[in-house]
Amino acid sequence: MPETLRILVADDEPGMRAGIARALRDFTVSLPDVNVDVCFEVEQAESGEQTLEKVAARPPHILLLDYKLPGISGLEVLDRLQAHRSEILTIMITAYASLDTAVSAIKRGAYDFLAKPFTPEELKITIRKTAGRLILAQQARKLAQEKRQVRFQLISVLAHELKAPLAAVEGYLRIIRDRSAGADEAAYRRMLERSLIRTEGMRKLIGDLLDMTRIESGRKRRDFADVDVADVARMAIETAMPEAVLRHIAIALDAEPPITMKADRGELEIILNNLVSNAVKYNRDGGSVRVAVRPEGGAVVVAVSDTGIGMTKDDAARLFGEFVRIKTEKTRDILGSGLGLSIVRKLAVLYGGDVSVTSEPDVGSTFTVVLREPVIPAVTP
Amino acid sequence: MTSGGNERRRTILIVDDDLDFLEQMGAVLEAAGFAVAAARSEREAVEALDRGLPDLAIVDLMMESADSGLVLCYRIKKRDPARPVILVTAVAAEAVLDFGAAAAAERAWVKADASLVKPVRAEQLVREVRRLLKE
Repeated sequence: MPETLRILVADDEPGMRAGIARALRDFTVSLPDVNVDVCFEVEQAESGEQTLEKVAARPPHILLLDYKLPGISGLEVLDRLQAHRSEILTIMITAYASLDTAVSAIKRGAYDFLAKPFTPEELKITIRKTAGRLILAQQARKLAQEKRQVRFQLISVLAHELKAPLAAVEGYLRIIRDRSAGADEAAYRRMLERSLIRTEGMRKLIGDLLDMTRIESGRKRRDFADVDVADVARMAIETAMPEAVLRHIAIALDAEPPITMKADRGELEIILNNLVSNAVKYNRDGGSVRVAVRPEGGAVVVAVSDTGIGMTKDDAARLFGEFVRIKTEKTRDILGSGLGLSIVRKLAVLYGGDVSVTSEPDVGSTFTVVLREPVIPAVTP
Repeated sequence: MTSGGNERRRTILIVDDDLDFLEQMGAVLEAAGFAVAAARSEREAVEALDRGLPDLAIVDLMMESADSGLVLCYRIKKRDPARPVILVTAVAAEAVLDFGAAAAAERAWVKADASLVKPVRAEQLVREVRRLLKE
């Protein structure tokens, strides 16, 4: 659907007003970059006073303003429109095409000027330029608004995610302070343990959040070097081992090292640590985890399989979103920030790849990440 | 450590999917002299109710579904309308508990005897339980 921009022509010569209206009647401007077509609606004013009235009643997008109007002059109109300056783009029409008039008009907030006499073609070129500028500004505003909306949602969810463990810890502290559980010392010890578990969850959430914002802002310094992905996998397995041993979960590495690629080692560690720790967390006691790393046509493919609780297709489809946690009776006691897999996906995309999952409830899941060497801008020695 | 040693301890069923809430309120009520049973979902609660009605039930509103607490209220009241039930919710506005003055008619079909908004304080819960059990 085309956008309609309103143009107000302020000129005391009826012929000039009619000519401009005629030239713009069927004129459209295409802006393929933003996929917008623009057409125009022309209104007329014959004096400075009438111009100000019409602007006050319904501000136009573009004002074609004659320099020499009877009564309140064009320059005075321009001065009085200061308040609308950001919304209305004014094009001064002047018979004295001197540099002086142009400069004084632009100084007072005009966007451009047209020198009389001008052809319909010259008019259209100026209008096209002005419309492009207006639409781009509109789009930028819309984008900024959407971005604010997304940020607001993220903060709301985040606030909730932090409030829940905080409320739990607060509840425990009150009971401990007031000795509300009587003489049951074992209960107090359990409460302290639970409090520590919940604060650790908060710490993890904050850490994940920092990882995510660093990745998204693109400000994190990325140190590219030859990294052995198999070695990163081995270290991720070592990190997950204490919990795996407690729950009798075996972890196997299937890789023929070295499998090297140019990468930021820290980023690969985040990917592997998240996947391997998830494979342990969401496994059954006595289950197993297999971490496979293999080169494949210029890319490195990492596949982490578990024998855990799995998930339905619907759950798998929304798994990589921010703060998505699949809530079932089986997952309710597993703590997580809900950010890990969203971070993995963002990183995988940075490496020209992606992450995918295949899963079957109560059988297990396999997460596959494809990583390609990023194109690194040449560094001058 | 109950008063009257030969008196049967009254049982309270707490239903909530929030482990920390169960732990906290369970410990507090046990210290206050009640026998506490816990269920972590509407489904587990239904099983517990099949084994016998508690003297009082404390149920969270939102568990598997947004009205799990109401379903459990209804099940308990159907078997014994006099059995007290406390409905607990995280946010008053999230539920039917946030009645406007005009919604008195709606209040009638919520069978709970009392409702508490989280965070629930220990003494507040014990006071409410004692009031409903007429202790």
